[in-house]
Formats: sequence, C-alpha cells, structure tokens
Amino acid sequence: MKNFIAKLAMITMIVAFALPGALFASGSSEKATAAKPAASGAKYAIVFKNTGNPYGDKEMGGFKNGIEEQGFTAILRAPDQPTAEAQIQIIQQLIAQKVASICIVANDYDALQPILQQAMNAGIKVLSLDSPVNPASRLTTINQADPAKIGSTLVQAAYDLAGGSGEFAILSATSQAANQNLWIDYMKKDLKDPKYANLKLVKIAYGDDIRDKSVSEAQGLLQSFPNLKVIVAPTTVGIAAAGKVLTDKGLAGKVLLTGLGLPSEMATYIENGVCPYMFLWNPLDVGYLGAYAATALVSGKITGAVGDKFPAGHLGEYTVTKAADGGTEVLLGPPFKFDKSNIEQWKTVY
Amino acid sequence: MSDRVISVDRTWSFRRFILQWEWMLVLIFIAVNIVGSSLSPYYLNGGTFLTAPMGFLDVAFLVLPMTFVMILGSIDISVGSTAALSAVVMAVSFHAGLPMWLAVIVCLAVATACGLLNGILMVAFKELSSVIITLATMIIYRGIAYIILRDQASGEFPKWYSGVGWGYVAGIPIITLAFVVCAIIFGLVLHATSFGRKVYGMGNNLTASRYSGIRTDSVVVIVFTVTGLMAGITALFLTSRMGSTRPNVALGYELTAIAMTVLGGVSTAGGKGRIIGPVLAVFIIGFLNYGLGLVNIPSQVLLIITGLLLVLSVLVLNIRFSRGHQHSAPTASAPAAARKTPNG
Amino acid sequence: MSEKTALGAVARPGSRSTFRFREVGLLAFIIVICIVVQARNHNFLTLSNITDLLANTAILGILAVGMMMVILTRGIDLSIGATVALSGMVSALTVKAVPSISPIVSVGEGMLVGLVVGAIVGIVIARYNVLPIIATLGFMNVFRGLTYLISGGAWVSSYQMSPGFQAISSGSLFGVGNLILIAVVIYAVFGYFINHTKTGRQFYAVGSNPEAADISGLPRRRIVWLAYTIMGTLAGLCGVLWVSKFASAQSDTATGYELTVIAAAVLGGVSINGGTGTVLGLILGTILLGILNNALPLVNVSAFAQQFIQGAVILAAVLTNVIVKRNSRRHALRKRAI
Repeated sequence: MKNFIAKLAMITMIVAFALPGALFASGSSEKATAAKPAASGAKYAIVFKNTGNPYGDKEMGGFKNGIEEQGFTAILRAPDQPTAEAQIQIIQQLIAQKVASICIVANDYDALQPILQQAMNAGIKVLSLDSPVNPASRLTTINQADPAKIGSTLVQAAYDLAGGSGEFAILSATSQAANQNLWIDYMKKDLKDPKYANLKLVKIAYGDDIRDKSVSEAQGLLQSFPNLKVIVAPTTVGIAAAGKVLTDKGLAGKVLLTGLGLPSEMATYIENGVCPYMFLWNPLDVGYLGAYAATALVSGKITGAVGDKFPAGHLGEYTVTKAADGGTEVLLGPPFKFDKSNIEQWKTVY
Repeated sequence: MSDRVISVDRTWSFRRFILQWEWMLVLIFIAVNIVGSSLSPYYLNGGTFLTAPMGFLDVAFLVLPMTFVMILGSIDISVGSTAALSAVVMAVSFHAGLPMWLAVIVCLAVATACGLLNGILMVAFKELSSVIITLATMIIYRGIAYIILRDQASGEFPKWYSGVGWGYVAGIPIITLAFVVCAIIFGLVLHATSFGRKVYGMGNNLTASRYSGIRTDSVVVIVFTVTGLMAGITALFLTSRMGSTRPNVALGYELTAIAMTVLGGVSTAGGKGRIIGPVLAVFIIGFLNYGLGLVNIPSQVLLIITGLLLVLSVLVLNIRFSRGHQHSAPTASAPAAARKTPNG
Repeated sequence: MSEKTALGAVARPGSRSTFRFREVGLLAFIIVICIVVQARNHNFLTLSNITDLLANTAILGILAVGMMMVILTRGIDLSIGATVALSGMVSALTVKAVPSISPIVSVGEGMLVGLVVGAIVGIVIARYNVLPIIATLGFMNVFRGLTYLISGGAWVSSYQMSPGFQAISSGSLFGVGNLILIAVVIYAVFGYFINHTKTGRQFYAVGSNPEAADISGLPRRRIVWLAYTIMGTLAGLCGVLWVSKFASAQSDTATGYELTVIAAAVLGGVSINGGTGTVLGLILGTILLGILNNALPLVNVSAFAQQFIQGAVILAAVLTNVIVKRNSRRHALRKRAI
C-alpha cells in the first residue's frame, strides 16, 4: 500500500511539474503576444534552425515585431538540434494548430519538401527565410542579399585585402550548408574572371559551425599554407574562431580576415585590426520583411509570383523577383559592411 | 530487482503484478495524454492523434532491437550512422539506374551488413566493449556516407515512395502499422522463443550461458545484425518522409533510441526488460513532445522536462525497490559482476 | 582478470627487468601516425603546431581525467558537455556583468558550478541507485536546457569579456601556455591520487567488484559520489577554460563532446566495465585524439573523407592495442610454462 501511494505521489509530482512548467511557458509566450488582445487570432509561425542562436533570435524577434504590428499572433519555434528531422516534427505540430502561415529557416534545402507540401495542401501559406527550401516547397523566399552579390563582394574583399595577388582560403560551415555552398559556388565562378588571375583559392575548409573544429581548421590552414594572405569565412562561427586564432598567434596584419560575421562576435577582432572589414545584413530586418510577406500571402495581396508588390512596414515596398533556383524571392538589400568606423554602434545590436 | 531473479515457480500476486514498471509507464502515458489534451484543443483533434506518431515512429524502429542489445548488456550507438549510410546508398543506386524496389533492397542489405560487421567485431574482439566498437563504426559508417554523397542531397524518388512514410492503409498510417507488426514480432521472439530466453540468460550471466551450451557468439551476431536491419527500415521511412537524403540524416537517433529504451525499463546492466516497456516509452516521449509542441513550448523547456522525466521515473523505481530490498544497494552492478567474463 | 598495477607493469614474480608497458600497441600506433602525417606535411612536428595541438587537447585531457574516475567506478557520465556549457555560460555572464572580477574568482566560480552539478548527479547515482547512463542522460538534457534558459539564448562575445578572463586560456607562464600548464598539474595530481593514495586505489576496487568492496567495508557510495563530484568540478573548470579559450560563450557549447571524452578514455585502455585503466594510457588516448583533430586539416585529404579517416584510425588503434595485449599475454603465459 505504501509503495502504491509513493508511486502515486511521484506521478502526481511529475505531472505537477510538467503542467505548471508547460502552462508557465505557454503563458509567458501568450503574455508576450497579448500586446493586441483584440487580435484577429490568425497565427503566423516562424521556424528557425536551432535554439541558442542570437542571430536566429534577432530574426525571430524582427518577425514577431512585424506580425504584431499588424495585429496578429506570432509563434516562434526552433528545435534544439539543427536537424531537418526536428523541423519536420515542429511543422507537423504547426499544421495541427492550423496556423495561417509558416515562415521556415531551413536546416535542409530538400528534406522539408513533403511536410511543407502537406502544409500548403492544408491551406497554409509557406515561405522560406534566409536559408531557403526548394521551389516546390515554398511560395517564395526572403533572401537577405543576392547570393551572387555576396559571392562577388567576398571575392572582391579577398582580392583587395591580398593586395591584388596571393593565396586565400575559405573557412565555411558544414559541407551540407546550403547558403554557404551557394555563395562559395558564386565565388568560384567569379574567380574565373581574368581580373582575379593572380588570386588563388588554396583550400575550402569546413569548420562545421563548431567552435573547436573551426579553430582546428583555421590553425591547419595557417600551418599548411605559410604564404596565406587572406581567410574568408562566410559563417559567423567560423569567422569568430579564425579571428581568435589570428589574434592569439599575433598575425594581425600578416594574415587578414573577412567574411560574414556577427558584429557582437567580431567587435574585438575588427578593433584590433585582424579583420579590417566584414559583411552581414540586419537579421531584424530579414525577419520583419518575412512577417510582411507572410501576411501579404495570407491576405491574398500577393501569390509569390514574379512582379508581386507588397508593403513591408517601415522598410518600404518590396517586389517579388525571380530567384536563381527557379522559384521566386524577395531581396532585402545589399550586404552591409562593418568596419572600425561603425562597429562600436552595431556591436550591441546583434 | 525482483524481475531479475530467475525463479521457477512463484505464486502470482496481484500486488506484484500491478506494481510493475510497465504499469507505471501506462499511468505516465495516460497522464501525458491528459496533460496534452488539457493544454491544447488540437491534441485530440480528429486525425492528429493518428498522424502525430508519424513524426516520431521512425526512431521507434531502432528501439525494438536496442532492447535486445541492452538486455544482452551491450549498447549500439552506430544505428544512426547505419541508417544514414544505407539511405545514401539507396539514393545513389536508384539514381545509378536501379529500379526503386531494388534500391530499397540494397538499402536493407547495406544496413544489415553494417550490423553484421558490428556483430563480428564484437565476437572477434571480446576484450573490447560494445561502446568503443560501435563508437568507431558510428564514425566510420557516417564517414563513408560523406565520402559517397559529399555535400549533395539525393532525392527525387518515384511518387509511390513518399507513400511509404506518409501513406495510410484503412485509415491507419503505414508506419504505425509497420511498427506494431515489428513490435509484435520482436515481442514474440523475446518472450516466447528459446532465442529470447538465451538473450536473457546471456544478459544475466554470460559465462554460465556459455558453459550451458548456448552459442553466445551466434546470438550476439544475430542481435547486432538485426539491429542493422532495423536501422535500414528506419532509413526507408525517414527518406520517404523527407523525400531526399544526405549524409547527415538521422543524427542523434542513437541517443533518442537509448533514452526511449531505458525509460521502458530495460536496464543497461543487462538481463532485464520487456518489449512492452520501450514501446510504451516511445509513445510517451513522442506524445509528450507532440502535446507540448502544440502549445509551442520552447525547445529548451521541453529538453528539461524530458530529462527530468527520465531521471524521476527511474528514481521512483529505485525508491520503490529500496524499501523492499535493503541489500539491493549494488543491485545495478549485481548482474554485471555476476557475468563478469574472465577477460574483464 | 589481467594484472592491475600502477603503471601497467606486468606483475610477475621475479622479473622486474621486463617492463611491459600495457598500452605499447597504442604508443606504437601513435608513432606510426606521426610519421605518416609528418611525411605528408612537414609542418606537423613543428614547435608551433605541437603547442597548438597540446593547447587544443588540454581541455579534452582534463575532462578525460574526470571521465576515467567515473568509468573506473563502473559508471559513465554523458552530461559533461552540458556541464561545460552551463558553467562556461555562468562564468561568462558574470564577467559580462562585472568585468572587474578577478580571473581566479571566475575559475573558482566555474568549478563551483561544476561541483554542485556533479554532486547532484553523484547523489542521484550513489544514493538512489539510478543507473549512471540514465541519470546522466537525463541530466544532460536538464543542464543543457538550463543553459539556454539562463542565457536567454544570447551569446557572450569577446568584447564583453575582460582581457584578464580571456588570458586564463590564452595567457602563458614561463613561455608555456596556461592550458597546458593546468592540464599537466591536474594530471600530476590525479596520477598521484589514483596510484598512491588509499582513496585513489579504492576507486579501482569499487569498480572491479562493488559487492566485495561493500562487504570489505569500503565506502562504496561515497567513492562513487566522489567520482561524479570530481568529474563535475573538472567539467566546471573546463567550462571556464573553454569559454576563455574561444572568447565566446554559447548555449550549444560542447554538444556531443562527451562522446569524444569517452572515446579518449576507452582508447587509452580504461575498461568500460570498471576497475581497469592507467594514467599513461589515458594520456596516450587523449593525445591520439588530439593528433587526429590536429593532423586531419594538415594532410591534404578531401574534407569529406575526414570523418571516415577518424573512425578508421580509432578502430585501428583499438584493434592494434587488443592484438598487442593478446600477444603479450600469450608471451607471458609461455614464459610461465617453463
């Protein structure tokens, strides 16, 4: 009898723990989105790649601002592991909740196709953001910057930093990362131009967006290529890791660094000269634009076809254009350059 | 623990029957559903209850053979990599011209071969623990997948293939049906055949089993080979649900499978556990994730809840038994000590 | 059961002349790998590269010490990655809020977080008899979730860390990097503890036969608890070192790192069944993994083959070790047969 009571007590404890925990969490998110209690109740969801990523938090934050400005409810989700499988489960749950729209920052370009098509068949408007899904899985995608432009900006930066000629290497994310691979492809295309004849790409290393691996790969690059002049790292973890390695080895000025990085992470390395300048875009704006695109799709204002125009709050009006992968996209704008002159004000923003 | 004692005849006691771990799991499962349906109106909604399992059942196929492996006292952390490799090989062979049904067979064959290799290594090098062997093969198998597909995805399977993961038969999802069938088969083998008894025997006392004439090597090889096969089935369903595959699929599946298995009452020390436990645990964890996801609980909170559920539930089990068996202090290691092989 | 002596010397009566090093297979394997890598890239065996290698492996080495203690008692700890993340985040957030804090205090703070965490895990395992794999699997999730919650998902970047804090890992004393120094000190202390103190030897006893240990009156529960507490403290220390080394604190720090640490320990001959393992073997296992991480970017192999090579090397190293041990045992038996 005692055992039974003990067991019952424990189960009650478990449930008692889970219940308030669940209610608390959902209550707090409800509270946060209760800014307009008279909201139409339409729910707009954004699914990011993973949790614990301040860049992602900013994108989702921008999305939330955009949705709530228009009087709707925003749902922010992210899996704790950056896998496609986890995102499929989240999307399943969103379909069950009958959301109006899903904005997905994909962990995999193709793997979400079946579930997103199910969502679209259920009447949910699907668009991707930042990291796109394939055209069959989406109505349109929000692209933070033209990938061709990103590629050419990075190649030009490498060229300038190397002084016109020399060796440079790329430190990327995972070998499967869709965005990075696309940008690197454009970089390679640009390198064929006779203007860059003396600029040599010696290696593409994959740091997997893992801090210690990126450090090892960066050190490896320095050891294998003693004449290396520039490291280009189109990923926020990679560029920060390379920045630390170069700083610790005292190579500021000898090997230069550029790429795509978070201003907060790179502030130290821009200030100490290891990284003269780097690029990114404002994730808040990306999310915000996504929010307005989502509401425009749901209201029927646009269908995701080329030429559609829609208003995007304080960002102005945007037009849907043709995307390189056969679908359509909405371009936020050109990549933004961070250097010593503006890093101070941006490092606290994101 | 009381279930571990191999007693020939014991009077059936209702109290002992109802206090089993598996009944506790049933209670937890009911609790999870109550919590889920009270939190969100969408939980018990029409088809969602049936479709929800489609999200977590592909890992479930790994839980069934993992039960066998853990009853043996071993562990297999290479299952995720086996699934990835077999999925990749299937995709590549389909695009190389093989008809899809043949590619499916290739997938299962590759997965079985991976499991077979694990088993052979286990019996050839008995000094090595299963941890290090499957750790090495985990890295190797996925490494091969990376060599094959590099940074590409491979997809565009025939239309009927997506029906494997998403399709229904008489209103029930195919994947659920397949899982139930597999669970029944595994349950029958474990509880109603001599093979199953051999597995239990080996888990309890390997040396005694060997001296009793049980071909322990064959049992180990068979168990690991079947684990490989089931990883291949996981790969089939996973690839069908994603419509494409890459070398980095099924990451972390091994830990999820192990968590579900231990929650189901299968002890890693070996010799204890029943199929019904892990099956219930699969649905508990799956519906818990689903139910809490329907109210958009942040993943980090979900992580904490799942972790606590795992610890608290086993804690309860131990508190319950520490009342009845005061000398059970080293229980966790008792069978392990008993079946310590001469090689240590 | 094979002989277990301090440095792995084969205990045979009247044969002190033959010093048979147990993990000689592993050592030979490491030497072969070094030769192969050096042949492909002459920068491998340079002072700067070796310093990098040692600094990168230091954290792994410190964690491996704790893991060895846990495995010796027949346990396992899957939560150390999360502990590293948690303590790293806590100390980083403290430095961000109070930049004037002394680095020594930060280190102490990290170790305290790790100590508390390890003690909790230890209590659950030692007092309540929860199987280590379940307990640490569960706690891994809990601590990781806690890290996300206390950080609010934000990172702590290098500009928010005081130079003193960053110097914990990147600084050096007498020309030797701090990380390497700390690792050496810890290994020295641990080596002494596990081989030459009563409590240390009791770890082996508890792991190889818990019942006998209990019956002999050894404080089995306390030893097990101690193992996890020490593991937690070391993980807490590594959290601070990690965050200081990379000048960045994230919530997903060291995800999956526990597997690497276990691999290092098991490679070094620590038996998962408890009761066996030497410090020298542990060092070798750690170094092999460190070499792999360091050398793979240096040898010009396709990035896509890296994982396969890693797995193949680990498997080969382990199998070599087993085969050498078998031969040495056969050799020893043959000698006795006379």
